[in-house]
Amino acid sequence: MKTIDEIVADHADREGPLLPILHEIQAALGCIDAEAETRIAELLNLTRAEVHGVVSFYHDFKTKPDERPVVQVCRAEACQARGVEAMMAAAHLAAGDRVRLDTVYCLGLCSVGPNARVGDDLHARLNENSLAKLVENA
Amino acid sequence: MTGIVRISDDALARACGAESLVMAFEKLGWTVEHVSSWGMHWLEPLVEVNGVGWGAVTVDRVADIAEGGAHDLCIGPVAEHPFIASQQQLTFARAGRTRPLSLDDYATTGGWAGLDRAREIGGEQVLAEMLRSGLRGRGGAGFPAGIKWQTVAKAEGTRKYVVCNADEGDSGTFADRMLMEGDPFALIEGMAICAHAVGASQGYIYLRSEYPDAQRKLEAALALSAHIIAPFRVEVRMGAGTYVCGEETSLLNSLEGKRGEVRAKPPLPALQGLFGCPTVVNNVLTLAAVPHILTEGGAALYESLGVERSKGTMPIQIAGNVKHGGLYETAFGVTLRELVYDIAGGTASGRPVKAVQVGGPLGAYIHPDQFDLPFDYEAYTAADALIGHGGIVVFDDTADMAALARFAMQFCAAESCGKCTPCRIGSVRGTEIIERILTGGRKADAVESLPQMHNVRQSERSLEEQVMLLEDLCETMKFGSLCALGGFTPYPVMSALRHWPEDFGLAREAALA
Repeated sequence: MKTIDEIVADHADREGPLLPILHEIQAALGCIDAEAETRIAELLNLTRAEVHGVVSFYHDFKTKPDERPVVQVCRAEACQARGVEAMMAAAHLAAGDRVRLDTVYCLGLCSVGPNARVGDDLHARLNENSLAKLVENA
Repeated sequence: MTGIVRISDDALARACGAESLVMAFEKLGWTVEHVSSWGMHWLEPLVEVNGVGWGAVTVDRVADIAEGGAHDLCIGPVAEHPFIASQQQLTFARAGRTRPLSLDDYATTGGWAGLDRAREIGGEQVLAEMLRSGLRGRGGAGFPAGIKWQTVAKAEGTRKYVVCNADEGDSGTFADRMLMEGDPFALIEGMAICAHAVGASQGYIYLRSEYPDAQRKLEAALALSAHIIAPFRVEVRMGAGTYVCGEETSLLNSLEGKRGEVRAKPPLPALQGLFGCPTVVNNVLTLAAVPHILTEGGAALYESLGVERSKGTMPIQIAGNVKHGGLYETAFGVTLRELVYDIAGGTASGRPVKAVQVGGPLGAYIHPDQFDLPFDYEAYTAADALIGHGGIVVFDDTADMAALARFAMQFCAAESCGKCTPCRIGSVRGTEIIERILTGGRKADAVESLPQMHNVRQSERSLEEQVMLLEDLCETMKFGSLCALGGFTPYPVMSALRHWPEDFGLAREAALA
């Protein structure tokens, strides 16, 4: 696995490299904690506050590791119109503490909702049962 | 029987199960061509053999189709389906017809003709044709693209950038995604033409992280076409799940590796954009419309379509509770009545239509009484609504408009970048006021009840006073916010309040007064 130093070095010649660096570190380490922030700041000649400001601004970056599988459920207007809200109670029940249920605003499949994403797999036309099953198998 | 079958590899088709069909056909010895999606999403996954389509296909029907059966799913020749035949496809002319990553398919369907001609006629002439076409930014603001390009072309600067805004965060919109996955070379060609016209050498596509399929397609397409657009270079940059980064100045900050906070304008990005350099920031659909405009006679044709100052075609995205959802490209001027009832076939649930939200989470809820409104930037503005990115989300009569109004405020609170006060604080206060309207006010809290709190209101606010307060807050957000997030959140809130006061527990007369 690549270290933070190697990841930063890989992106060194790009313009405005911080976001691609953070994406790669998030993917590699599962989170961007205080220690990682400090190291990134040193390597890029930024203050830790600047790096922390960026990490905390974006929903995709997490400051604590979370090993649980993630199911992202779209709960924006188009999926609401197709009944996602009524399905959430069963989904939460299926998730318990084992699965993290994240809300996303739009997966871009708005004509065939309700939709969910697990990793890079997308699921459409969900109903209460199929969403709960998706969560159970995550 | 074996042969060639065409199945879309668009993310939506895959989410609906296209991959299992691919495997089933391959098992029977068929050759599968991965094409883009026609945009008829209720029929996905759509299977096409010799131009004839079947949809929506499940894996247990594959053997039937392979033998020429499954007549109940057959829709006849796909290109003659009324949903396709009644469109005016310019930006999506290749939808369903080509393989997204095939340079041959792209070239044989007129690809690169716009770029070749742009190089021939020179930058000045390209700008003139862009102005003539009347193309306006398809991201939502509707600013004339030609004028933006001209400003960047004239700006002083050693480095200039072309930035494609692919942060399609609006609920109910998916045209950018479909274009990037289905016809990525069209976007790349549009960016190359823009770069040629304004004198830029580097381009960025800022793509939202919710679109991994589009990322793969774009990166593959860029690798295949690098030699064609050279010396211009394009790089895909991923967003990080933040809605506000679809605002152009916030997007530029994000590209620079900063917090995606909105910048005050001026300076305009056209003069001081990415890294302080002159920058064109255009939406995917704007840039993808360019190759067609730059072909011989393209600008004149584009200008001849549409109404008033809304020229050309708009890829309209029909979503939510509809029978026939999908992508429908047509000239401006079409009414919501035609879109919702004739094209989309009414609601999927079969219940009456209650409301349609046009333009994403910041767009107004439109009442069926207003369904004769023509799709036109100015007409919508006059009706206190917006076209935005051209997404329409249909709701049936089970929708609770007060809950949707509250959601609009909550969404703004969750996604506000925090730079300006009306948006950051207004959205939280707005959520609270709607909450109070719905639950019948609130009691004074412990601090407010202390004897020394002389300035605290003695009487509770009446329902009418709460509504007045909400209206006042919305005014402040609308005129005081830096960008469209805080500025347009009042549209869904106020439209819900005006047209469906009964959902807020108000008498109809009270809201209209």
